[in-house]
Formats: sequence, structure tokens, C-alpha cells
Amino acid sequence: MIVNPACMPVLRRGVRRRFDATRGQNVLLCPERVIMLDDIADAITQLCDGRNSVAEISRILAVRFAADAAVVEADVLGFVQELVDKGLVAT
Amino acid sequence: MTPPAPPLAMIAELTHRCPLQCPYCSNPLALVKAAGERDTAFWTALITEAAQLGILQVHFTGGEPVLRPDLAALIAHATALGVYANLITSAVLLDETKLRSLEQAGLAHVQISIQGADAAAADSIGHYPDGHEKKLAAARMVTALGMSLTINAVVHRQNLAQLPAMIELAATLGADRLEIAHVQYHGWAQHNRAALMPGEAQLREADAVVAQAQAQLRGKMLIDYVIPDYYADTPKTCMGGWGQKLLLVTPEGRVLPCHAAETIPGLTFEHAGERPLRDIWQSGPGFAAFRGTAWMRDPCASCALKGVDFGGCRCQALALAGDARETDPACQYAPGHARMRALAEAEAANAAEAFEYRRYAPPQR
Repeated sequence: MIVNPACMPVLRRGVRRRFDATRGQNVLLCPERVIMLDDIADAITQLCDGRNSVAEISRILAVRFAADAAVVEADVLGFVQELVDKGLVAT
Repeated sequence: MTPPAPPLAMIAELTHRCPLQCPYCSNPLALVKAAGERDTAFWTALITEAAQLGILQVHFTGGEPVLRPDLAALIAHATALGVYANLITSAVLLDETKLRSLEQAGLAHVQISIQGADAAAADSIGHYPDGHEKKLAAARMVTALGMSLTINAVVHRQNLAQLPAMIELAATLGADRLEIAHVQYHGWAQHNRAALMPGEAQLREADAVVAQAQAQLRGKMLIDYVIPDYYADTPKTCMGGWGQKLLLVTPEGRVLPCHAAETIPGLTFEHAGERPLRDIWQSGPGFAAFRGTAWMRDPCASCALKGVDFGGCRCQALALAGDARETDPACQYAPGHARMRALAEAEAANAAEAFEYRRYAPPQR
């Protein structure tokens, strides 16, 4: 499965996001795995709700972080692909 | 000295009791009896302490954790603290009522082991009648209830021919994840090693089957593959490094860095409840013994990878090189590396098939 801008990513069952007070950051708790989320990864993860396409997520974040849309979309594609390959996101 | 980073997860071995008798069980040969187990108050207090220390996940295992009547209560307690509850089970005791109660308690993920692809083969390894069919029924209920499912296929010489069928079975069951784990030779597995060790040709065939399935199922079912150390060139980063990421608590409440740590002579491990868990983790002598890289000798001490694999597995170094301070012989730079490979090849060729099944009575040989 190769992620493209039209994909509608959604966190798979068994994947839960929470704030970790010990480490002062949001984390993704997954079957037998923990993913530490930096601000960008956390923002992308929050928008992986099955209602936004990768293109839409990228547009929203480009506005929020006042960044170049093409650069943001490349980042989102890369991170969502990583989550798909780790079995944490379905599209 | 800065204290070590807090652990990410706790492996809670609630009991050593288990209806199955798999000859490769990672539990020690001397199993803890029911009377030696800790009570609900002990485990709830420990989970609270672990959450305060920074643990994010608790892996309930055993033995068979479903034998504990307080399992749902412990899952609910962990979940209420924001700790991710994972159940590692044989699944033969899970009916719908039980599973529903665990799901309602907050259980996020269930890992079910399979011993083969069909009942005859699988049940001859687990040594429990109708176990395989019960596992399949439970696996279907797990996904029907909306929980995440991992199938854990433990592979060795006597079932590797069924690997393609086991992958197909996991996909048919709708597993989110399949862990294909070659037996790791500790505990009962080390005792039964000669009956389990694959040959190299068989292993390479399995590698190819797994690689093809991973490519085919990418994005649908994640396949994690654990290779056997005996045919590796680099050691595994055992437990993510000794005392770096994980701690394990035995049915008696002893806090360990790994499953087999108690096989290492001269180490002292403490019981939870006797001292704060934070202190045991940060300064317990058993944890300090092999944490980091200061304990190392050459070739580890001068190796560029020493902070990556931390010298591999201490228990394997003890078992095969005779000293827990040696480099894990799975490493190509270890003096015992060639001997380890030769041992595996000799045992694989020998073709002994009889197992000594996991039982409370200690092995006779």
C-alpha cells in the first residue's frame, strides 16, 4: 500500500494517543510499541480520523504552521506512509 | 550521575500456571506454584507505581494470565491510569463472556499464540486437546469485539513447513499484526533445543517466505519477524538494552530486567513492594549490573555498536560462553560465534524429535 494525496488515513484499532506527563509529550500507544510524537507528527496523527485526505491534512497544516504547501504534503505523505508500514494507520 | 530514563513498559507475569505445555516456553524450568503468586492488591499497587514511574504499557502474560480471576480488574486499573493494557494469551480459556468483560475493562490489544496451522500439528506441540480450535474461535471474537489482534506464530524445525499456511491463517482471521518468532533458546526452549533447532537451509527458506508475505501484505497485516540468534551475525538488542526500556515482574513479585535474568549467578533482584519501584529501577543492583556499557569487556568495549545492541543477550552469553560478561556469541566478533553456529547445525542434523513438555515437575535430564 503506497500512500497518495487522496488517501483517507485513520488510526487502526488498538492505537491510542495520549499525553505522557513523565516525558512531557504526546505519544501513540500501539500494540507492543510506543511512538513518541513531536509537534508535527502529533498534529498529523490528530487529523488521521478517516474524514480528511492526505491532501486536506497537508492544507490544514500548511496554514497552521505558515509553511510551503508542497513541503508540508511531502512530510505528511512520508509520516503517514511510516504509520501505514508499521500497521498503525489504515487508508 | 543522572538517573536512567524511565521504562516504557512492564511485563506482568501474573502466574506460571498454564493449560498448555509448549516445550519452548520462556518461563524458567522451576515454575512458581499457585501458592507463590501475589494477590490483587499487590498488582494494583504495582501498576500504580509503574504508571507514576513513567510506564506507558503493561503486558499481562504468564503462564496463562486468563487463569487469574482478577485479570479484568487489573486491566481496568491500568486503563484508568492511562496505561495501555495488552494481553498475551494462549486464548484457550477465553469465551465470549470473558472476552467481553476484558474489552469493557479497557483491553486494547490481544496477542494469541498459535503452534501450527492445523489442529493435529498445533495440538501436538501445545499438548492440549482441541487447543487450536479454541484459539481460532477466540481470535475471531477479539476482532468482532473491535480489539486489535496479533497472532504470534512460534516457529522451529518441527513446524516451519507450515509457515505459509500459518501466514494465511493469520490473514484469514483478520489479524492486524502477525509476529513470526523463531524460538528463542531460554528456559524450556533451551532445554528442548535439539528437538527445535532448524537447519540453515530451512531457515533461509523461511526468510524468503516471510519477505514475500511482508511485501504482499504491506499496509494490510504487519508482519514482524524474529530470527534465531544461532544463525545471526549481529546480536539482538535484547529487551532494548538491559534496564533501558522494560522491566518484568515474576508471579512472586520479583522485578527483573528480562525473563531469564535469574539464571545469572551472583545477581540480586528485589521484590516490588519492599522498596519503591522507582528505586529498584534506578539503583537496584540487578539492574545496575549490566545497564549501559561500563561493564563491557572486549570485543564489546571497543566496538562502535556497543551503544546500539549493548552486547546482545547476557543470559545467552552465560549459557553459551559461560560468563554473562562475555559478548553474546550471536555476534560475529565473539570468540564463541563459530561454535554457536556449529552447535545449531549439529542439533538440526541430529533430527531428535521428542520434547520434554513444560510441566511443574522439573525436567529429569
